[in-house]
Amino acid sequence: MTETTKTPAPDAVPTPPALRGLIRLPSSAARALVLGGGIATAASAFLAWTWTDEFPGDLTINGYPGGLQWLTFTAGVLTALFALAAYGIRGLGWLLPARNNAPLVLGALGGFSVTWFTVIAISVELGGVVNLEPGGWVAAIASLLPVIGAFALPQERTGTDGTKEALKAYVAKPDRIPAARATAPWVQRAVITVVTIIGLGVFTYGIDTEYGELFVGYLFVVVFAMWALHTAGLLDRFSALVAANRSFTLAMGFAAAIAFPFTQTDDHYANIGVNILIFGTVALGLNIVVGLAGLLDLGYVAFLGVGAYTAALVSGSEFSTISGVHLPFWASALAGAAASLVFGVLIGAPTLRLRGDYLAIVTLGFGEIFRIAVNNMDGQSGPDVTNGPNGIPSIPDLKIFGFNFGQAHDIGGFTLGRFANYYLLMVLIMAIVVLVYTRAADSRIGRSWIAIREDETAATAMGINGFRVKLIAFALGAALAGLAGTVSAHVTYSVVPTPYQFAGSTPPNSAFLLAAVVLGGMGTVAGPLLGAALLYLLPEKLVFLQEKSLLAFGIALILLMRFRPEGIIANRRRQLEFHETGQLDVPKQTTLTDEPAVTKAGA
Amino acid sequence: MRFGGLTAVRSVDFTVNAGEIVGLIGPNGAGKTTFFNCLTGLYVPTEGTVSYKGTVLPPKPHLVTQAGIARTFQNIRLFANMTVLENVLVGRHTRTKEGLWSALLRGPGFKKAEHASEERAMELLEFIGLAHKRDHLARNLPYGEQRKLEIARALASEPGLLLLDEPTAGMNPQETRATEELVFAIRDKGIAVLLIEHDMRFVFNLSDRVAVLVQGEKLVEGTSEVVQADERVIAAYLGEPFEGDPGEAEAAEVEAAEAAADATSSTKGEAK
Ligand SMILES: Nc1ncnc2c1ncn2[C@@H]1O[C@H](COP(=O)(O)OP(=O)(O)OP(=O)(O)O)[C@@H](O)[C@H]1O
Ligand SMILES: [Mg+2]
Repeated sequence: MTETTKTPAPDAVPTPPALRGLIRLPSSAARALVLGGGIATAASAFLAWTWTDEFPGDLTINGYPGGLQWLTFTAGVLTALFALAAYGIRGLGWLLPARNNAPLVLGALGGFSVTWFTVIAISVELGGVVNLEPGGWVAAIASLLPVIGAFALPQERTGTDGTKEALKAYVAKPDRIPAARATAPWVQRAVITVVTIIGLGVFTYGIDTEYGELFVGYLFVVVFAMWALHTAGLLDRFSALVAANRSFTLAMGFAAAIAFPFTQTDDHYANIGVNILIFGTVALGLNIVVGLAGLLDLGYVAFLGVGAYTAALVSGSEFSTISGVHLPFWASALAGAAASLVFGVLIGAPTLRLRGDYLAIVTLGFGEIFRIAVNNMDGQSGPDVTNGPNGIPSIPDLKIFGFNFGQAHDIGGFTLGRFANYYLLMVLIMAIVVLVYTRAADSRIGRSWIAIREDETAATAMGINGFRVKLIAFALGAALAGLAGTVSAHVTYSVVPTPYQFAGSTPPNSAFLLAAVVLGGMGTVAGPLLGAALLYLLPEKLVFLQEKSLLAFGIALILLMRFRPEGIIANRRRQLEFHETGQLDVPKQTTLTDEPAVTKAGA
Repeated sequence: MRFGGLTAVRSVDFTVNAGEIVGLIGPNGAGKTTFFNCLTGLYVPTEGTVSYKGTVLPPKPHLVTQAGIARTFQNIRLFANMTVLENVLVGRHTRTKEGLWSALLRGPGFKKAEHASEERAMELLEFIGLAHKRDHLARNLPYGEQRKLEIARALASEPGLLLLDEPTAGMNPQETRATEELVFAIRDKGIAVLLIEHDMRFVFNLSDRVAVLVQGEKLVEGTSEVVQADERVIAAYLGEPFEGDPGEAEAAEVEAAEAAADATSSTKGEAK
């Protein structure tokens, strides 16, 4: 972007309007406003914003930020850092490789949104703006300054084509990010380590938010900060680092995942963690089916259910219909996976001959059949297997090599509670699933899945037995979900039919699983995990959304599909950068307009 | 092959011998592509069989490819979001065996097979002249290169017979000439080629034999000279002056044939 900028000659009187900001201010003043405003925003977090601690987080203390104020502080610091980098301060140049203004705008918006959200929330919840201390007013004004400054910065792409285009240019990533300087491997690893630690910190903070307002503010800051880093080109650079150090990053990711319960003092958050992991693992299994093989499965949660019920039946619970049987965990995990696999093959064999929408409808039907069947196998309306709607309660805790998962254990000075134990077990299971996913995806069979997804007719004409490889994908996905289900049965003490439905307001259900995959990014490893974390945390934290959460997700999903159809984390395929030809990866729309050329020649 | 009331290909008897280049021509809608689809098992012929090296092939595309017949498509059907190399690797599917277990366990056998596959795919890309673009997405290739890549992908299945459906459609004269060279080079590898083409010079230059399909039926079959000289072909197809002025009668015949061809293609609309 900067390369195309013409340096504005001071003597050229008819300055092209393209180089002005939306708000008319000299650019030096605008820049100073962003920097000063950023610092002021951060500083205002140290003031008292309200007089009473009735508003959660205690924002009444001068000199020490609380709750949401920390978020304002963070956003202010980030804005100031970007502003300093824009000044060309030595040592901060890496923050703005493309020297563009979008990160300043987004940083400023982050600070503005979280501060104004807080101020408005205080006014609404406590009944009126009178509840704001002068500090609150200061914060509101201070956080507005950098926004004004940022929008006054010259913007190259504005042109004359209307405010909408101009606004878009302010938050868009430049086409070209200068390539990073080559760095030594240890530097790369150090960067990955630091980012992982920061990532763990950010993630932990999100899980540990104690009240809805804090989580909303957290989302504001995280979304704008990530967006700013994206437009600065830092995310691209980081993914290049990741691509160059794949196994190291994977190892760091797992180290961070293992470290999580050690950062927690309250087992409740480990419970959230283990549920996210179960949900994420199942979503990753679904990603094989949907993301790789392109089979839209709307009844996937049934396989989680099969695994959970199998594990419950052989867990030795006194309510199990075969209560005499008590298998060790490894055996019940295998049994759960195997049972799901069998169900996957049974359901897949007749349905996978269908394509597209038909497959989706039939899988939706089978998913519901599972739940209804389980509901009725209570000895009255059907054979006595699952106790019907009562399910199988009092599933005993796991014991592996004498390690009782139900009790708290002290490890190196840290206390790991019941859920933390299961969390660590789930990390192991997730590691297996990630390994299966990555290895399967990068192989002959994985390529044939992708080929089927891309063009089934061409794939079969290239010698791929479509039905066979689709069935393998379906069965593998089912087995992985079943494996996760076996742990989930023990975590929740009991299994009942209700969670295994198509759509509901809390995860896991088939709609949420699919949303997690699509939202996070199909065909990636991190995408579904991130999507699952988001979709689990949102209903968990935003209690006030409760009955409207499905509506909210619908809206969010529509917006996402409109503005970022590839999901939060884009697949490598969509990001391939081409060096010699300079061809960028063309987005979907362009391919559509390319089509006539193909049909013309091929008609 | 019948689609409802429309008979797209009717009793076409056709043989391709080893190491031969055979051209298949005919006006639009004559049933050439449909004939290919019958050969490769994408359509199940209403009557008749396809045999290759003496065995009758089942109408299953993957088994046909396995047996040794590979094809390209008239409207390019690459795996658009896969890289050039991956496209060719998919073509190797039938010649490799590594299943899910070996992919998960990653034993030495798996590594060796993947390595061999990649080597073979790179050889083909060298051969076709796309080795330098191995990591590009297929959909970002220029049109002519996409056609070439489709050929490379088909060759990856180590066929004995290669079916090319209009390999030069949409190409400029230079690219067409390059494709000509390519087809000869493929034949020199001992692979028989059957190609559909509308570019007459291209077909007659290349082919050892040419067959003409009109309204689903084989009109003539023979060497380039024989077919070029055949009056029915000229009437049905080559409406342009050809070795001497066509007389009045021929011109009228050509017009009639064109009208007939139009009628066939409009049947499509009705048949749907
Ligand atoms: N799947 C189908 N269903 C119904 N009719 C079809 C189908 N496929 C082809 N046809 C019809 O069969 C006839 C032959 O079509 P085909 O595509 O084989 O022609 P072609 O010789 O390849 O023509 P072109 O030179 O234009 O490619 C046409 O009338 C077409 O409309
Ligand atoms: Mg055709």
